[in-house]
Amino acid sequence: MATTTDNAPAPPVTGKRPGSTGRAGDKVFLGLSRGSGILLLVIMASIAVFLTYRASLALSRNEGNFLTTFDWNPAGDPPVFGIAVLLFGTVVSSIIAMVIAVPVAVGIALFISHYAPRRLAAPLAYVVDLLAAVPSIIYGIWGALFLVPYLEGLNLWLDDFLGWTYVFEKTQVGVARSLFTVGVLLAIMILPVVTSVSREVFRQVPRMNEEAALALGATRWEVIRLSVLPFGRSGVISASMLGLGRALGETMAVATVLSPSFVISLHLLNPGGGTFAQNIAAKFDEANELGRDALIASGLVLFVLTLLVNGAARLIIARRKEYSGANA
Amino acid sequence: MTSHTLRATRPAPPAPGGRPGLNQRRLPRWAPAATAAVSVALGIGIGLAAGLESRVQWGLIAALLFLAISYGVTSAVENRRQAKDRLATSVVWVCFLLAVVPLLSLIWVTLSRGVKVLDGYFLTHSMAGVPGFETGGGVYHALIGTLEQVGLATLVSAPIGLLTAVYLVEYGRGALARAVTFFVDVMTGIPSIVAGLFILSIMLIAGLQPSGLMGALALAILMVPVVVRSTEEMLKLVPNELREAALALGVPKWRVILKVVIPTAIGGITTGVMLAVARIAGETAPILLLVFGSQLINSNPFDGAQSSLPFYIWEQYRVGSEASYDRAWAAALVLIAFVMILNLVARGIARWKAPKTGR
Repeated sequence: MATTTDNAPAPPVTGKRPGSTGRAGDKVFLGLSRGSGILLLVIMASIAVFLTYRASLALSRNEGNFLTTFDWNPAGDPPVFGIAVLLFGTVVSSIIAMVIAVPVAVGIALFISHYAPRRLAAPLAYVVDLLAAVPSIIYGIWGALFLVPYLEGLNLWLDDFLGWTYVFEKTQVGVARSLFTVGVLLAIMILPVVTSVSREVFRQVPRMNEEAALALGATRWEVIRLSVLPFGRSGVISASMLGLGRALGETMAVATVLSPSFVISLHLLNPGGGTFAQNIAAKFDEANELGRDALIASGLVLFVLTLLVNGAARLIIARRKEYSGANA
Repeated sequence: MTSHTLRATRPAPPAPGGRPGLNQRRLPRWAPAATAAVSVALGIGIGLAAGLESRVQWGLIAALLFLAISYGVTSAVENRRQAKDRLATSVVWVCFLLAVVPLLSLIWVTLSRGVKVLDGYFLTHSMAGVPGFETGGGVYHALIGTLEQVGLATLVSAPIGLLTAVYLVEYGRGALARAVTFFVDVMTGIPSIVAGLFILSIMLIAGLQPSGLMGALALAILMVPVVVRSTEEMLKLVPNELREAALALGVPKWRVILKVVIPTAIGGITTGVMLAVARIAGETAPILLLVFGSQLINSNPFDGAQSSLPFYIWEQYRVGSEASYDRAWAAALVLIAFVMILNLVARGIARWKAPKTGR
């Protein structure tokens, strides 16, 4: 604390100096801190503006329909590109990820908050937080070199027993570099995020509610169903939407695992398809200027998509905060 | 013995149609373990008998069997409500185990395959003149690139993040503060590739060339919201009495913040910044778009293409030979170690320097 800086404390002999310098310093400091807050808003706005500008350059030269074209060939003559396949792949792989990850994550969160032995719970929570920090490229190479071969058996199995559902019918032979595999990998990647947010919510359940349920003779599951889950519902929803935001924008893990192709197929086990982020990473190297602008246009769609999902998640959280604050 | 008596005296729920209270039949304590053993054995047996190759399937079969057996046995011996309770317990355990398996396998695979070529040579040499499909070469240029890009990103984003957090906690009232809070939250969710595309569009407009700095700017965009969020939490933990005491002594507000509030919270702030660094150190997508990658050592982040650890992993993966996979795993191990050490140190600092809450 005794360190001195440029604005060292005035020596006590000089009496009343702080009055004037203090005000000036206050103004500067307020200006700086408010300025950086405004800078953040400016950055957000300029992301939207710059992306829109470059995207509009590309769209004005696009000869196909941006929304419905099943092709990505901005270098061709005439240039044709469309996001239909990418939108489909992004949404489908994220939905698969959510369907797998959310129930499991809620299970893990409940395990840590209510089932695990007391001594295990804290280290487990810690490990889950650490896993959230594993870089996505590492999930990517693990998925491509390790998970894909392991999922081949599962894919055949799904095809054998659930092939009649159409969705799980595997019509092409090939390794399991499919949207389904991507969904499984994304599920594994967003598990830690969804788990740690849900866990925080479950931990905030008023102890009284649980004890009241126990006192009425409820089993542990009934306690959870009657007091923990209703309290945590909005928290779980927003946690899953945060996870969804992650899954939508994930680049490297998808780019390493998927073998891309520009087709839309509901046969989820067939290799092929694509996502926004994966397409950008894969096509960027060979793209000319128009190609880059076209990729920026697809990135803009992704940006809007994640903005909507995250904004909705935050609004749910904010509403819940007010609610629980009133009860605290 | 004692635990058994405890169980027996626990008030049993009035079961509809079951016999009343204390005399209710209960499964012995070893029942879940026995069920698990039986179902694992059956799972392996079925797997072998049906000739299923994948261990994943064996695990799934065993898990399903476990659920079914424990539900059946419990509802036969105890009652439906207890059976449901057991089922829920088992489902939660199975969830946990199912999730732990891939995550542990990720760590294990990275460790076991990474140590193959990871040595002093690997850490101190670049890929200059090494064909991708041959053994040799190293990660030095990527290490330099990562350190410089992450360092630059931290230099840019830490002051902005810190000041914004100070604004939100110490000054923030009204619409501007609410807008900043909301957009910081939204910014947390920006995909890294979009941040990369944003800087790319600036580069295209201004005619700039790829360099480490461009990557660092994109990383800074990803880092700022994380720093703001964690710093804000830490500043909120500083007890108001400290501020009021300093203000009552006639200290101007900006000096209260600089000399009292921030020093009190500095441990937590450092932690937040380090966690943010750990998060961006593994980002590949912006580097792919903005730094372009290089086989050579380029220690000047302001000019020319560089590499970075995550980019190096991606590059080696794409070469697709056994030697390059080995290098990719070794680099992955280096990256994971870097991120984990940052995390552990950061959390250590948080615990060590936690602000006293004034009670």
